[in-house]
Amino acid sequence: MPSFVINEKCDGCKGKDKTACMYICPNDLMVLDKAKMKAFNRAPDMCWECYSCVKICPQQAIDVRGYADFVPLGASVVPLRGSEDIMWTIKFRNGTVKRFKFPIRTTPEGSAVPSGGFDEGKGDLNDFTLFTEPASLGMAAVPTLKK
Amino acid sequence: MANFETVTVETDLLIIGGGMGACGAAVEAAYWAKKNNVKVTLVDKAAMDRSGAVAMGLSALNQYVGVGAGDNTIEDYVKYVRQDLMGVTREDLVFSIARHVDSTVHLFEKWGLPIWKDENGKYVHEGRWQVMINGESYKVLVAEAAKNALGVENIIERVFITEPVMDGDRVAGAVGFSTRDEKFYVFKAKAVMVAAGGAVSVFRPRSVGEGMGRSWYPPFNSGSSAYMTIKAGAEMTCQEVRFIPVRFKDGYGPVGAWFLLFKAAATNAFGENYMQTHADELKKYAPYGMVKPIPACLRNHLGMIDLFAGKGPLYMQTAAAIQKIAADAGDEKAAKKKLKHLETEAWEDFLDMTVSQAILWAAMNIEPEKVPSEIAPCEPYFIGSHSGASGAWVSGPEDLQTAATKKDYFWGYTNMTTVKGLFAVGDASGASSHKFSSGSFTEGRIAAKAAIKFCVENKDRPKFDDATAEAFKKRTLAPLDLFAAHKDYANDANINPNFIKPRDYMFRLQKLMDEYAGGVSAQFKTNKHLLERGMQLLVMLKEDSEKLAASDLNELMRCWENIHRTWQADSHMRTLLFREETRWPGYYYRADTPDMDEKNWKCFANCKWDPKTGEWAMIKRPIHQIVE
Repeated sequence: MPSFVINEKCDGCKGKDKTACMYICPNDLMVLDKAKMKAFNRAPDMCWECYSCVKICPQQAIDVRGYADFVPLGASVVPLRGSEDIMWTIKFRNGTVKRFKFPIRTTPEGSAVPSGGFDEGKGDLNDFTLFTEPASLGMAAVPTLKK
Repeated sequence: MANFETVTVETDLLIIGGGMGACGAAVEAAYWAKKNNVKVTLVDKAAMDRSGAVAMGLSALNQYVGVGAGDNTIEDYVKYVRQDLMGVTREDLVFSIARHVDSTVHLFEKWGLPIWKDENGKYVHEGRWQVMINGESYKVLVAEAAKNALGVENIIERVFITEPVMDGDRVAGAVGFSTRDEKFYVFKAKAVMVAAGGAVSVFRPRSVGEGMGRSWYPPFNSGSSAYMTIKAGAEMTCQEVRFIPVRFKDGYGPVGAWFLLFKAAATNAFGENYMQTHADELKKYAPYGMVKPIPACLRNHLGMIDLFAGKGPLYMQTAAAIQKIAADAGDEKAAKKKLKHLETEAWEDFLDMTVSQAILWAAMNIEPEKVPSEIAPCEPYFIGSHSGASGAWVSGPEDLQTAATKKDYFWGYTNMTTVKGLFAVGDASGASSHKFSSGSFTEGRIAAKAAIKFCVENKDRPKFDDATAEAFKKRTLAPLDLFAAHKDYANDANINPNFIKPRDYMFRLQKLMDEYAGGVSAQFKTNKHLLERGMQLLVMLKEDSEKLAASDLNELMRCWENIHRTWQADSHMRTLLFREETRWPGYYYRADTPDMDEKNWKCFANCKWDPKTGEWAMIKRPIHQIVE
């Protein structure tokens, strides 16, 4: 069913205007059932299994069950995303467990400076040089066509 | 009419979309806008942190030229793309992106994207142009830079744009609605940039149950770019050049690392390497088939020969590849260490960008170092940023024109379509394939600078009055009104002779395209008669799009997404029919014109819908080389 919500863990983001999963789903699939105070995936067959809702859920209340029409039962892939890295736990159908940890960014959250700290160019709107060039290219000038 | 509040946003440059192209546009536009007192607004149908094709992440940046270090030249990249697209590419546009793309990658690194480095501090390459990343948060980082550049006050999320609005031959803005509140949005702008992605779910997918959403390209890329540009009257190019990726079967996990990094071979079920056994077939496609890397469509084609001959499944020989690399590592201890390293790389490749494939392997107890894995061609997608080429026909930069190209490829602002003030980037702009994520971002930057220049030089506001906005509001909300008017007639909310729900409409479109326009079940084959019949059926489908009905905001978005898909489908079939040859076997086959025809069809096949008459025109445009 692609992503699904674990009843016991979901707290509906405590009745805020929108839940974290509603906020993030790129396909507008997650909805809060206000009567039950639980979120749900309204169209599992439109779900890309992108894990955006799984990663963002503050209660770790969302999991993914592989697509029923081709995935055998019994496996799970669970991420734990921090501010610098992500830990994945993969459980095989036969019980094998593998864990992997990968970095996700090398800078503090929110710190991306648009220019990347590169010197700005001449600032001429009429040429083809982008605002961080040529510094960000690591060249003296942006290449053009040799005619 | 449904009682929606109308929200009017007056801006100068409107960026439609929130993916890589749009984020690049935001970063660059913000700089030039501030200098020139221009207002920029970005509108995204989702949340920018995880919107667009890179929402899940990526495991590699597929376009990095390394021009500063002298690894490659821009000309090398142009030749590579020309070759892969069987000679049909706009070399000025490919050159334009390639000369700036390294700048972009260096920015990504500064923002915090972990790019793999070797012991000498150089990027680790997957292939000649591809660099490896730890890319789980790639989109989050890029969106962060875009937000920091533009300011969150200039970014509107969860608003779905439905239509372009014109003032004669100039774009005047766009309209849409909030997918969260009952609000109709009117954007009045001097220039509009379309960066709304490619199209998925136009063809029937292989999985028609729960797995329908597991398309290789994301299901939320629904043809908005094609619709926005076609409806504005822009000339389109390469609408026949869809892309069919061959990927790990069903999960659609990436194969690039396996082919390029691990040097794995693909074989049929009998262990035959189809790239070797069918090597002679490549001669039919000379000169393109005779140079390495062999074009993606031809690699598909050779595999399909075996599939269609009943020699499937096809396999990626993962175990053999890994064992060979481990063996080459030296002694047993070194081999074991290498094996562990390779295993991690292989799993990260999936976890960074296609978690489903990891689930599928785990569910099937697949350890790639021990057993091979099935690969298969996906359903067709429209993705001009990758190995497809569909999109709008846009102006190239002036300095990259030759005497021959200038009259055909240049009409002013870089990346402006043939419609005044309307720009297109990423999957929205055509004939500039192999830009991928980094190149799409870069193209957004290039176009943004040009669009700001357009705003500075065209200070007058196009006419866009309240009556026009009101008429669009009625059209946009019509599916809600239709549902409200008839819902009580039948006992079932979805079965009602007065309307069609978007889900059923989508299935009708997908069945039509699959069977008549060369989808999976037709083994990617079509012909003149099938296309003509398909187009007859599409006429009725388009008529019935007026009967689309929605019970809520989410369904209203699905209605409009499917209207957008329909126009992508329409232009696709027309162009398949127009081009009387088979130039990209492995993407599609015209069974009645099965060979490549260099004499008559080494050209662009363009099309244009006329907003005044509603008529389509088909146009041949010449191919000019700007690089030897």
